[in-house]
Amino acid sequence: MRYARTNTLLLRTPEGIVFSLPLAGPVSRFLAWGVDAGCIVAATSLLHEVLGLLGNINAGIAGATYIVAYFVFSIGYGIACEWYWRGQTVGKRVLKLRVMDEQALRLGFGQVVVRNLLRFVDLLPGLYLVGGIACVLSRRSQRLGDLAANTIVVRQLETAQPNLEQVLGGKFNSLLEYRHLAARLRQRTSPQAGAVALEALVRRDELEPQARLQLFDGLAQHFRSLVEFPLEATEQLSGEQYVRNVVEILYRRADRSA
Amino acid sequence: MIIDLTRFLAEERKHWAELEATLDRIDRNPDQRMQLAELLKFHELYERASADLAKIETFSSEPEIRRYLEGLVARAYGEIHETREKQKRLNLWRWFVATFPQTFRRHLGPFWLAVAVTIAGCLFGGVAIRMDPEAKQVIMPFPGLKDDPSERVRREESAKQDKLAGQKSTFAAQLMTHNTQVAIFTMALGITWGAGTTITLFYNGVILGAVAVDYVYAGQARFLLGWLLPHGAIEIPAILLGGQAGFLLASALIGWGSRKTRRQRLREIAPDLTTIIFGAGVLLVWAGIVESFLSQYHQPVIPYALKIAFGAAELAALTLFLAKSGTSSKSSA
Repeated sequence: MRYARTNTLLLRTPEGIVFSLPLAGPVSRFLAWGVDAGCIVAATSLLHEVLGLLGNINAGIAGATYIVAYFVFSIGYGIACEWYWRGQTVGKRVLKLRVMDEQALRLGFGQVVVRNLLRFVDLLPGLYLVGGIACVLSRRSQRLGDLAANTIVVRQLETAQPNLEQVLGGKFNSLLEYRHLAARLRQRTSPQAGAVALEALVRRDELEPQARLQLFDGLAQHFRSLVEFPLEATEQLSGEQYVRNVVEILYRRADRSA
Repeated sequence: MIIDLTRFLAEERKHWAELEATLDRIDRNPDQRMQLAELLKFHELYERASADLAKIETFSSEPEIRRYLEGLVARAYGEIHETREKQKRLNLWRWFVATFPQTFRRHLGPFWLAVAVTIAGCLFGGVAIRMDPEAKQVIMPFPGLKDDPSERVRREESAKQDKLAGQKSTFAAQLMTHNTQVAIFTMALGITWGAGTTITLFYNGVILGAVAVDYVYAGQARFLLGWLLPHGAIEIPAILLGGQAGFLLASALIGWGSRKTRRQRLREIAPDLTTIIFGAGVLLVWAGIVESFLSQYHQPVIPYALKIAFGAAELAALTLFLAKSGTSSKSSA
């Protein structure tokens, strides 16, 4: 297990596969807690109203029920939600966060209970100050409850398949005429740069004309610096066309396009 | 090396979907046991997704797909490499009469430490109140305890009206929740390497010792026992259980004489912390009821001898329960 950046936990499986878990920062966690606090307040207010009716019959029983129910709900809310929703509360669902075991193993009930009960200390002296400081100082963004329970809070990621046909549109690609240079470009392009280029193409219609021009010129300049294609393959190409051709080289099967 | 993303997705997606469906099924029915063929298929799908992740990581491919695969592999990894036994359906009765006392007995060291710290606090409180009677105003947490004990006894014994009439349930609920909070807090402060737990237990001991010495020297020992024993026989041990859990947490953090890593130690004690603190919570529910419905009523309403006998019987029963209950059944650790 190692840490690539401050907000990512990298885990290596016994099979040698490395996968990363993006850690949630203190701000998103605080916002999730705010949503959860709102849920607790709403639920207990509702309970208060309901028990108010019971209070007309027996005020003592109604008062006692409210005190116990408030206590159980305020403590049990996090435990119950995180256990039944496998690491999520309403707030964490809204903010797309999830509590996980530090070693990505199954979250145990004991872990859920310990991290939620240690909230008493993390809340001190108010507004999660102790927990917030621990979260900022910890390499894995863990509050004290997480440290004791061996848990982390990760950002949940969603996936969407990019529509390459829409982006590339079957246009002629002059760069593919030079297979050896195309292969070199694939080799030298980092995954991040490829992803940025693809994302730029997918979202090009959302850009202002001037910004669009600047962005694609900048990207094209970057790809030109990686591999130099002959002038006849590039002289007529705008920055956007150049980037589109590069993306096709990176993401399309070479034998089909060349 | 570059892959054809579209073809790659078309070929592999069905396997990812199958793995995702298997993981969802495990999520929905965590108790369901897989057949050998299902397990083999699950493992194959996990290895396939892992291989796909390895492939896609080296290519200039869509990072969202990589993240999706990372998420899938992470979930499957958690299920396949988990060696802890799966949580069985909880039998509450068995948990209370077997698991709870067994867990308590497994960690007697932290419990005796909690007892020792509390006794030290009692001695300090007792000595402090004898040496410096003015300290009473500082040490006693409630106004009622700051009064002269004999005056309070006279007032309580001559009371004509039930001061808790119509409020006993509410008072019991307040006591239960407050004391449970104290027990949880005592446990949670174990994260301060036990310093917070020590301070909390010591402070509780100081109050207890100061009250005891104040009433005994005022000649009100019988009232004191009749007042405190019925609920204190359960409440004080329950707070000590919170202290036991706190010191257990602290010892796992410190790790004296252990070759295991801090993470391993903390992982091992999490279920025991849960059991001890939930057990203390159950005891405090009983203590709250007794304190509200019995402890606040004195002679002539309820004879002191009866109250003291009740408290002593509770203490004996609790001691027997914690020492012997669940000894014949298999440890559920």
